[in-house]
Amino acid sequence: MISLSAAMLATFRRDLLLAYRAKGELLNPLMFFLIVSSLFPLAVSPDPEFLGSIAPGIIWVGALLATLLSLDLLFKADHDDGTLEQFLLMPQPLVFLVLSKILAHWCIAGLPLVIVAPLLGVMLGLPENAYFALMMSLLLGTPILSLLGAIGAGLTVGLKKGGMLLPLLILPLYIPVLIFGASAVQSAGQGMAINGHIAFLGAYLFFTLAVCPLATVAALKLSVAR
Amino acid sequence: MSQSAWIEARNLRCERDDRCLFHNLSFTLNSGEILQVAGPNGAGKSTLLRILIGLSAGYEGGLSWMGQDMRAGRYDFLANTLYLGHQPGVKGAMTPEENLIWWQSRFSKAERNSVYAALEQVGLRGYEDIPSYHLSAGQQRRVALARLYLQPPKLWILDEPFTAIDKAGVTRLEQTIVEHAQRGGAVILTTHHELPQSVPVRTLTLGGAQ
Repeated sequence: MISLSAAMLATFRRDLLLAYRAKGELLNPLMFFLIVSSLFPLAVSPDPEFLGSIAPGIIWVGALLATLLSLDLLFKADHDDGTLEQFLLMPQPLVFLVLSKILAHWCIAGLPLVIVAPLLGVMLGLPENAYFALMMSLLLGTPILSLLGAIGAGLTVGLKKGGMLLPLLILPLYIPVLIFGASAVQSAGQGMAINGHIAFLGAYLFFTLAVCPLATVAALKLSVAR
Repeated sequence: MSQSAWIEARNLRCERDDRCLFHNLSFTLNSGEILQVAGPNGAGKSTLLRILIGLSAGYEGGLSWMGQDMRAGRYDFLANTLYLGHQPGVKGAMTPEENLIWWQSRFSKAERNSVYAALEQVGLRGYEDIPSYHLSAGQQRRVALARLYLQPPKLWILDEPFTAIDKAGVTRLEQTIVEHAQRGGAVILTTHHELPQSVPVRTLTLGGAQ
């Protein structure tokens, strides 16, 4: 009678529906990503050669900061109106339900970044042979950002002034993703192999996939218990 | 095998900010019973309910569900329990229907018809596709209360269920609670509202009376 898949699907659909209803919030991280990346040519140098060499870094830093901005969407509103309590009382294993919330968050916040990234690549003069690496590294990397971010969002959800705490907690864990993601694109642009970078990102993704939902559940329980 | 109590609490003790809210608190709850937790503001009524439902772990003592330790029997407990807290837990951006369909997904596949029937019971038929933030505070409480009519779980844990509900709604809710107990369910609630004499209720008083 009690079905885990039905509850996961219902939670996933609910989060997508809520995101759709609040389109402004949905677009914020994406707009931020676009604005930051498009200001660089104006501020640094419009020289395509120079821009092309720093484009991987710009795009990756932009994606990372945009994800950081969107982490509040994950649990904050649910905590404020009491639906988080009801969520934590679901009789299905919470690890899987949290996973479907994180997946919904990635679809809302991460996937749009991956989709617009090639456009920014064109704007910044990214070398042609780097696009595959850009897409691969973002596809593997942005879910990691959502997964790790969920732990921080869960820990800080009950705090009134948790604004600065969340980035401080999460950034150290984001750094490897940034290093390997950006350098994969850089290497591909210079015609080097990217297998190592992609393998690292893949391994990190599976590691976070296994650990982060568990840690997030523990964090949420702690936050709700006050 | 003797029938074990649905909920058995043994020597519960809870401290909050170096102040002892309650200690040596023992009680049982069985099928067909209504237990009212009474006491002045700040006596720890809501805290006790949050401890029972497992949202708060800051206590000492033993809790069991159907004779099984609460932690071991947690999934079975949650599958049979409905908790209504201070906050209604209703999403403003979703309609009452969407709210209830998500909520129901924990127990079974949500049937649109049963959701409509539940909304009818709380007098919100006709509001099912209006975003909940357009509803008044009392109507939002009613959306939360509509859960009581959706294939209800056996045990209800209700924290101030009468808040913001109008007179007719209060009478209706009292009746629902009594009917639930008569059908073999159990209810534990906190309220400052005087339940009528006709309601067979046991009272557990916290604070002051020690």
